[in-house]
Amino acid sequence: MYQPSGDLLAYPYAMRSGDIVQSVLSPAGAQASSIHQLWLLMLWTTTVVCVVVLAFIAVAVLRHRRRDEVATIPTTPERSLVRSVWAATTLSLLILLMLLVASVWMTRGVESLEASGALTINIIGHQWWWEIEYEDTSPSRRVLTANEMHIPVGRPVVLKVSSRDVIHSFWVPNLQGKRDLIPGYTTAIWLQPDRPGIFRGQCAEFCGLQHAHMALDVVAEAGPDFDRWLEGMRKPAGPPETDQQRKGHAVFMSRRCAGCHAINGTEAYGQIGPDLTHIGSRSTIGAGTLPNTRDHMNAWVKNPQVSKPGNQMPPNPLSDEDSRALQAYLEFLK
Amino acid sequence: MTTMTRAALGDDELRRLESSWRDPGGFWGSLTHVDHKSIGRRYLITAFAFFLLAGILAALMRLQLSRPDNSFLSPDLYNQIFTTHGTTMMFLFAVPVMQGLGIYFLPLMVGARAIAFPRLVAFSYWMFLFGGIFLYVSFLLNAGPDVGWFSYPPLAESLYSPSKRADVWAQLITFTEVASLAVAVSLITTAFKLRTPGMTLNRLPIFVWAQVVTSFMVLFAMPSVMLASTALICDRLVSTHFFDAEHRGDPLLFQHLFWFFGHPEVYIIFIPGTGLVSTLISTFSRRPLFGYLAVVLSLVATAFMGFGLWVHHMFATGIPALSRSFFTAASITIALPTGMQFFCWIATMWSGRVVLKTPMLWILGFFAIFLIGGLTGVILAAVPVNIQLHDTFFVVAHFHYVLIGGAVFPLFAAIYYWFPKITGRLLSERTGRIVIALLFVGFNLTFFPMHVLGLHGMPRRIYTYPSAMGWGSLNLVASLGAVLMAAAVVLFLLDIVRALRAREVAPDNPWDASTLEWATSSPPPNSNFPLPPTVAGRDPLWQNPPDQPVVVGLRTDIRDVLVTHVLDAEPDHRFEFPTPSIWPFLTALTTTALFIGSIFTPWAVVWGAIPVFITTVGWFWPKSPDEGGTQPWPVRRTLPRPNESPAAGGAI
Repeated sequence: MYQPSGDLLAYPYAMRSGDIVQSVLSPAGAQASSIHQLWLLMLWTTTVVCVVVLAFIAVAVLRHRRRDEVATIPTTPERSLVRSVWAATTLSLLILLMLLVASVWMTRGVESLEASGALTINIIGHQWWWEIEYEDTSPSRRVLTANEMHIPVGRPVVLKVSSRDVIHSFWVPNLQGKRDLIPGYTTAIWLQPDRPGIFRGQCAEFCGLQHAHMALDVVAEAGPDFDRWLEGMRKPAGPPETDQQRKGHAVFMSRRCAGCHAINGTEAYGQIGPDLTHIGSRSTIGAGTLPNTRDHMNAWVKNPQVSKPGNQMPPNPLSDEDSRALQAYLEFLK
Repeated sequence: MTTMTRAALGDDELRRLESSWRDPGGFWGSLTHVDHKSIGRRYLITAFAFFLLAGILAALMRLQLSRPDNSFLSPDLYNQIFTTHGTTMMFLFAVPVMQGLGIYFLPLMVGARAIAFPRLVAFSYWMFLFGGIFLYVSFLLNAGPDVGWFSYPPLAESLYSPSKRADVWAQLITFTEVASLAVAVSLITTAFKLRTPGMTLNRLPIFVWAQVVTSFMVLFAMPSVMLASTALICDRLVSTHFFDAEHRGDPLLFQHLFWFFGHPEVYIIFIPGTGLVSTLISTFSRRPLFGYLAVVLSLVATAFMGFGLWVHHMFATGIPALSRSFFTAASITIALPTGMQFFCWIATMWSGRVVLKTPMLWILGFFAIFLIGGLTGVILAAVPVNIQLHDTFFVVAHFHYVLIGGAVFPLFAAIYYWFPKITGRLLSERTGRIVIALLFVGFNLTFFPMHVLGLHGMPRRIYTYPSAMGWGSLNLVASLGAVLMAAAVVLFLLDIVRALRAREVAPDNPWDASTLEWATSSPPPNSNFPLPPTVAGRDPLWQNPPDQPVVVGLRTDIRDVLVTHVLDAEPDHRFEFPTPSIWPFLTALTTTALFIGSIFTPWAVVWGAIPVFITTVGWFWPKSPDEGGTQPWPVRRTLPRPNESPAAGGAI
């Protein structure tokens, strides 16, 4: 997995992460970049301190080794030792103060909210998926989705985070540090991507059985692309077009699917699971558990407990025919 | 020295003294022990057994994470395993093992015959043991706690954890906190009131200082977590809603209470480690510790500051920026006292002659590992970096560097150093070097890659990860490193078995060390010192003149102990110490029944209190005045002056 990095930073420990981008070390936004600079400052400062201290320890251990036979050794005068210890302590204090000032300075940049012209998104944690709601002054223009968040490049985004059940933590390392989602609290962080890309995030606070399978994709795209996407998301699901889709729609409504999931524009408005109005356009199933392909969706619907044991969706024994129809309908929900 | 005092006491008197201080043998007798050496040994062995169990759990986790999408462990089992691993290492290994060293060595180092409140210490051991057994029986019954060693509500509330698993965690906390509070009180009292004449506070050995400072931290930190865990039990048992946001409770309150304990906990584990480092560096640099006062003040400063940085575990919760900056400042500056200790240690070695015996090699391992852990701690103190790396494998790497570097390496050093004192046998130098090399390399292979994994986005406490994340190879390296660590521990255990069966007997003071535990035989006699030595300096065995007085005038037919003044250790009075008793054991049994019962019904608190009451009455049953209690001091002149003949004052 190691390969030399062409990056200017040229980490000795650079690592290729396949197609998935989830790293502190390749910032793609203003906040993550500031944090990354502070990290570099601290990394190199502490590395130098570490090397110097270890060198002193090595010398201290080895300097009298050759005179092992000598019973008494010429002792260093206490006064010079006292001076050296004080000097080293003072130097440490200065280094620590420097790091403290740098940290407080950077905190201001990373934390202060830039509300003007910002896009506001509510993120609500569930065991084990992310509910994502785009705010709008007019309630009918609000957009509800799950596990995949699109944001515009170069525009500040305010995330208001909370939780419906236990504590989760929202973390997309390429864009910003993490923020806990705590029931009873709503807090806000902001981020601003400076290049397009798909950045993966993952729950970072232990939230129970499937903490490992609670991921989301953040798609940063150019302003016009984003606006187009958001406009598309505002549209309710249209009537199914083919016979198979119609049959799939009927399966969805007649089975228990509609009890938990909502499809905007239909009579399905369950609130327990993720909104499925545009499920066909999402890239993963089960909050990053599986890629959204027909086979995976088929397996997931029949028994979600195989790939994500313990999640709240029950197995659904469907005939092959019903299953095929349902897949066709879900794919249609773009 | 020992031969001299033995001769001075006379064979008959010595025999009587030893039989007065002897705890009964046999199985039933062993339940009544109050000798600090016996309880200390039990503490050390039991804590080490839990270390091995938690190590096996760690190995299982490394096996599960060694490749992506692994299905070796189910998420349910994985969550139980990491919770039990963390809980065991913190509550059943790190704290008790350090307290065990204190129980065994603190009385010896201050020249005392016994530990203060010996029955309380016996009770604490049984509570510790029963708590640990309770945890592991629950784990084997598939009821091991599965909500993390921190058990945050609401996840730990009954709505999201309906089984008894979270209760097992919360009640284990109660067990271990009762035990560690009892030990803390005993250690403080021993260090303050049972020191031998001449050992003024500014001559207290550094390890004793470290234990005193730690014990005070225990007194202030542990009640906080007991409050948190008890409130959690109340939430679960009788729906008190302390932490339930739906009913105006507050999940963050739990985090404050938990970390107000949880951060000092790190220093409760680490400060005894630094005490060991100071002690061993002085011995193996062949000179008194440089900067005694600076080191003591560093310990005290660390203890105070340790209570002012708990919020750095909560930087991601959304606490206002100004208060976070305060905790950043505290978290960064706490590096200063520890840095000062480092410089004093370097100065000690610099101006001494370092002898590289195995205990000292462990200390060198400590330097390298702990330094890295301390410095990543400084990095994590900065809010912006913290909110990126918090709850990732970077933090896992960080605290293993701190805790294995700062506590386990010094602990192994201490085992190699004190093994001859405890058992009268020496561990092998050659095997010891191999163990150190294996553990050092294995440790770094296991934990260094975790820094990188955290930077590349791997969160903690996930039971698996997709292969596309690219975390597979470094996880495999980490798992291979764990194999080396396991090999080191196995080799170490084999060497212990070999040493215990060896004929070769260790000398009383094999390292030519300076503190009083080396002024008696190996292993020490029942009474610790036939005639307790007095001291004339910080390093008595290096500095005491040949005619340094000894303590005489204590009765040999009862457990007679000399109590001294806090500051100057002048003799105050004599005290007849408690004899072996079954009541601490019985009280621990009834308390255990109450604790476990209260997991199932609140009525256990009511009905369970009755047997606890009966056993404590048995324990504290009043004695008649001529059976023990305070006796006037001196009964006769005790401390022969240095230039007097032995006959004039008793014995030298």
